[in-house]
Amino acid sequence: MSVQALRAGALATAVTAPSSAFAEWGVNLPKGATSISNTIYGIHMWVFWICVAIGVGVFLAILWSVLAYRHSKGAKPAHFHENTTVEIIWTVIPFLILIMMAIPATGTLVDMYDSSGAEMEIKVTGYQWRWQYEYMDEDISFFSSPDTPRDAEKNLIEKTEDYKYSVDNPLVLPVDTKIRFLITSNDVIHSWWVPEFGWKQDAIPGFINKNWAKIEEPGTYHGLCAELCGQGHSDMPIEVKAVPKDEYREWVAEQTGENG
Amino acid sequence: MSAVADAHAADHHDHGPAKGIGRWLFTTNHKDIGTMYLVFSFAMFLAGGAMAMVIRAELFEPGLQMVQPAFFNQMTTMHGLIMIFGGVMPAFVGLANWMIPLMVGAPDMALPRMNNWSFWLLVTGSLILMSTLFMDGGAPNFGWTAYAPLSTTYGPDSTTYFIFSIHILGISSIMGAINVIATIINMRAPGMTLMKMPMFVWTWLITAFLLIAVLPVLAGAVTMMLMDIHFGTAFFDAAGGGDPVLYQHIFWFFGHPEVYILILPAFGIISQIIPTFSRKPLFGYTSMVYATAAIAILSFLVWSHHMFTVGLPLPGELFFMYATMIIAVPTGVKIFNWISTMFRGSISFETPMLFAIGFVVLFTVGGLSGVMLAIAPADFQYHDTYFVVAHFHYVLIPGAIYAIFASVYYWLPKWSGRMYSEALGKAHFWLSFIGLNIAFFPMHFLGLAGMPRRYADYPTQFANFNQVSTIGAFLFGASQLLLVFIVYRAVKNGRKAEAKPWEGAEGLEWTVPSPAPYHTFEQPPRVN
Amino acid sequence: MSSNQSYYVPESSIWPIVGSIGMLLTFFGLSTLLVNQSNGDPTTTAWVLFTVGTLVLIYMITGWLRDVIRESRAGLYDAQMDRSFRQGMSWFIFSEVAFFAALFGSLFYIRFFAVPWLGGEGAKGSANMLWEGFQAQWPLLSNPDSSQFAGPDAVIAPWGLPLLNTLILVASSITLTLSHKALKYDKRKPTIYWLAATVALGAVFLFFQIEEYIEAYSHLNLTLDSGIYGSIFFLMTGFHGLHVLLGGIILFVVLMRLIKGHFSAHDHFGYEAGAWYWHFVDVVWIMLFIFVYVI
Repeated sequence: MSVQALRAGALATAVTAPSSAFAEWGVNLPKGATSISNTIYGIHMWVFWICVAIGVGVFLAILWSVLAYRHSKGAKPAHFHENTTVEIIWTVIPFLILIMMAIPATGTLVDMYDSSGAEMEIKVTGYQWRWQYEYMDEDISFFSSPDTPRDAEKNLIEKTEDYKYSVDNPLVLPVDTKIRFLITSNDVIHSWWVPEFGWKQDAIPGFINKNWAKIEEPGTYHGLCAELCGQGHSDMPIEVKAVPKDEYREWVAEQTGENG
Repeated sequence: MSAVADAHAADHHDHGPAKGIGRWLFTTNHKDIGTMYLVFSFAMFLAGGAMAMVIRAELFEPGLQMVQPAFFNQMTTMHGLIMIFGGVMPAFVGLANWMIPLMVGAPDMALPRMNNWSFWLLVTGSLILMSTLFMDGGAPNFGWTAYAPLSTTYGPDSTTYFIFSIHILGISSIMGAINVIATIINMRAPGMTLMKMPMFVWTWLITAFLLIAVLPVLAGAVTMMLMDIHFGTAFFDAAGGGDPVLYQHIFWFFGHPEVYILILPAFGIISQIIPTFSRKPLFGYTSMVYATAAIAILSFLVWSHHMFTVGLPLPGELFFMYATMIIAVPTGVKIFNWISTMFRGSISFETPMLFAIGFVVLFTVGGLSGVMLAIAPADFQYHDTYFVVAHFHYVLIPGAIYAIFASVYYWLPKWSGRMYSEALGKAHFWLSFIGLNIAFFPMHFLGLAGMPRRYADYPTQFANFNQVSTIGAFLFGASQLLLVFIVYRAVKNGRKAEAKPWEGAEGLEWTVPSPAPYHTFEQPPRVN
Repeated sequence: MSSNQSYYVPESSIWPIVGSIGMLLTFFGLSTLLVNQSNGDPTTTAWVLFTVGTLVLIYMITGWLRDVIRESRAGLYDAQMDRSFRQGMSWFIFSEVAFFAALFGSLFYIRFFAVPWLGGEGAKGSANMLWEGFQAQWPLLSNPDSSQFAGPDAVIAPWGLPLLNTLILVASSITLTLSHKALKYDKRKPTIYWLAATVALGAVFLFFQIEEYIEAYSHLNLTLDSGIYGSIFFLMTGFHGLHVLLGGIILFVVLMRLIKGHFSAHDHFGYEAGAWYWHFVDVVWIMLFIFVYVI
């Protein structure tokens, strides 16, 4: 079956059975693989539902007004145009709601900025258009370049699941380890983003940005460059292979053995 | 719009418009200049819209079909620049030109010759900007935000032309803004105190202040860019002690107030239209004025929320998060005031009112996604994804552009002396409304699912929503051609309009005949 | 807010469109000039465009001002028009304030954030990893990458020429005020003399400023491409210098008009506009002297 047919099928399924199909369509943030990403997901949903509630309230008020007070139904306009009490109420209540959002946000932000006690450091350097990873505690350094076939881009061959996601050398990381990322760039600004870690961080040439992750689940995590960096912007994906600690040690030994 | 001119030419006034092309080149008349601004901005709106169609066509499915990424980036950049500097801003200036003198009872703008120069400099700057599309190396391709060093060390040759076009467009806007302020402060009819001014005039007064305060800042940013490109300076180069992020700070110090420049006049327009068709005075006029002023002041304190992932120190991150969240309060006040104006009114649904209600509904959606984006830790996920694209299109299209459409339908009778077809106007609204939501609502999902913005090609998991979005975008784009037809048809052979075609309308502009004579209020009216 | 029965609205004017064509030629020419120079392409056409454009702009400005002066002297402008002009000039100066505020903001950002970070201090001090051996100091004499940006040997000492220039500009503000006072009492001669002194002081200031630039380039190796200090130094003092030049030209035109007998004790907005502008430029210089040279 061709891609188009698959997609048409998906479209049809979506219309008939939205709940199951939406899961495949991807409509929400991932909960992710770190505690920070889980917390961010929680804040996101908290704020989202507050916004939905406000939105529904506003829409109902509009709906009521336009349905109940129609000129065509002979509605006679009232003439009030001020009410200090309600104006104070709808200034103060949103303020309180905002505070309810700000409190968890503040705590999370403080956590995200605290990369102390990291057990290892990875230096990530953006290039036009690939990533370089340096393991600061090991003698390992390599480039991770996109390897999506050009023919797939030109629609000459079928696109696979990992179209625009696949790289030649994934970044291999251990789980249950606090990893500090030092992110910089060699040319223009890029942004290193793995949604499952909960953040993206800009790679600024000449400066270093820090962020951290403690991956809880082994697995393969994909990410993309998130700051316009020229014509290859959509072509510098990220692949992280999170493996158990002992497997990671084996991998390191293999790498350093090969290199040195 | 030459038909509008003919309608005016028949006017009995002793010094009517000049004949021929000279009328438009040399004019000092606020109505002529307003018309030119509106026509020009609509042409630019179509040009920028065509670029949006190229973008959406390429994104219809994964892979590279229509254009290459290099050209795709030029399209996203030029689409943004043209829509902001050529579309929305000039349209509002056009409305200001036409309506502010009529609303405050002035014979013209305060500085009529400079007014004409503002317009023709807009054309000049736009010509230079558009010419970059035909240059070797192509048009600017670094996004409308033009972040260094992609725009400096790595920019195409046309960057230099882009920089000077921004300077010229800036000069044009500053002169326009000075004119607006001088007119509002100095030209009001006797009795028209500040707190009696129509909301559109109020919002424009504040907008003009913002323009004068921040466009020079943009000029400073692009000047440094020019110096880095041609004179070896190191403003945005860490090797010489500079910082690429400095550019972003200066840019967004301009950029965030700019966002309000694009929306405050729209607030004013909506505050004119909703009372008219609710046949009830605006609820909370005073609080509307204060809320507008509060938004304007806050706009100077929130710029770094565009830069949450750039690596700001923690105190900065917190400050900008809190300041940004506070903006929701005055914005909410406005929404509640509009709803309270409709509440217990006597509402009819002519096209301007439909667009105004569409504005309130959809701007609320954009405003709420704005609150989500303000939450810095969550923004580490949202930033630079399609969630942001969805957000700002929800505030700019139903915000700025719906307000402009609404005002065209609302004031067209005054400008041309003719009524548009209500049936066609409503069709335009519903097609736009449906198209817009199909185009932009799925982008929320795309962004949350992880699709970054400014991507020419994308993983297959995003294919479905992109396809839906493209279909909606083409529907929205095509329905704008309907507006051309509606206006043309109205001006050619629409029903004659009365001086006050809307039952519930108030204000000085409805006291002059339709179409408004070439010169109005040469004797100032007296406002009680 | 007042009666606007006599508000003068000019019928039509060719100057805006002439000015727009001038701007188009000037800036299209200037862009082409810069680009072609960088690429090593011929620049003759660009020079022609640029020169013609500039001439058109000069033609436009003189023509436009001549019209305004003629209308003003014909008594077409009433008190309300005078207020419009005042509004226009005030807000124009406000926009200039915003422009310089952006430059000062950049200076402070560079000085208190970017350079210390590069030198390893503060929240983002890890940047120093990329620039081994780089130390933050101000003025910045040694850049993070000295091979790409060779730093200056020294910067301009504040207590020589810059101090002298400060005194000159302050003095020029005083002479200008004296001239204005004289004009208000309708004393023609002192008005002209004091204003001439102001213009002369402005010229001396510019002369010393050029002298300072020559010194910086030929002896101190302080240039536009000597890193961020040179960049921001020349950007700020350079733009200020351009404004002194512009203010000086305005005052010179005003001086010529005074000599021709224009302006009265009660009606001299053109004079006042020039004076406001001059005082603004003076204030900017004092800020520059403090924040660029001294501190």
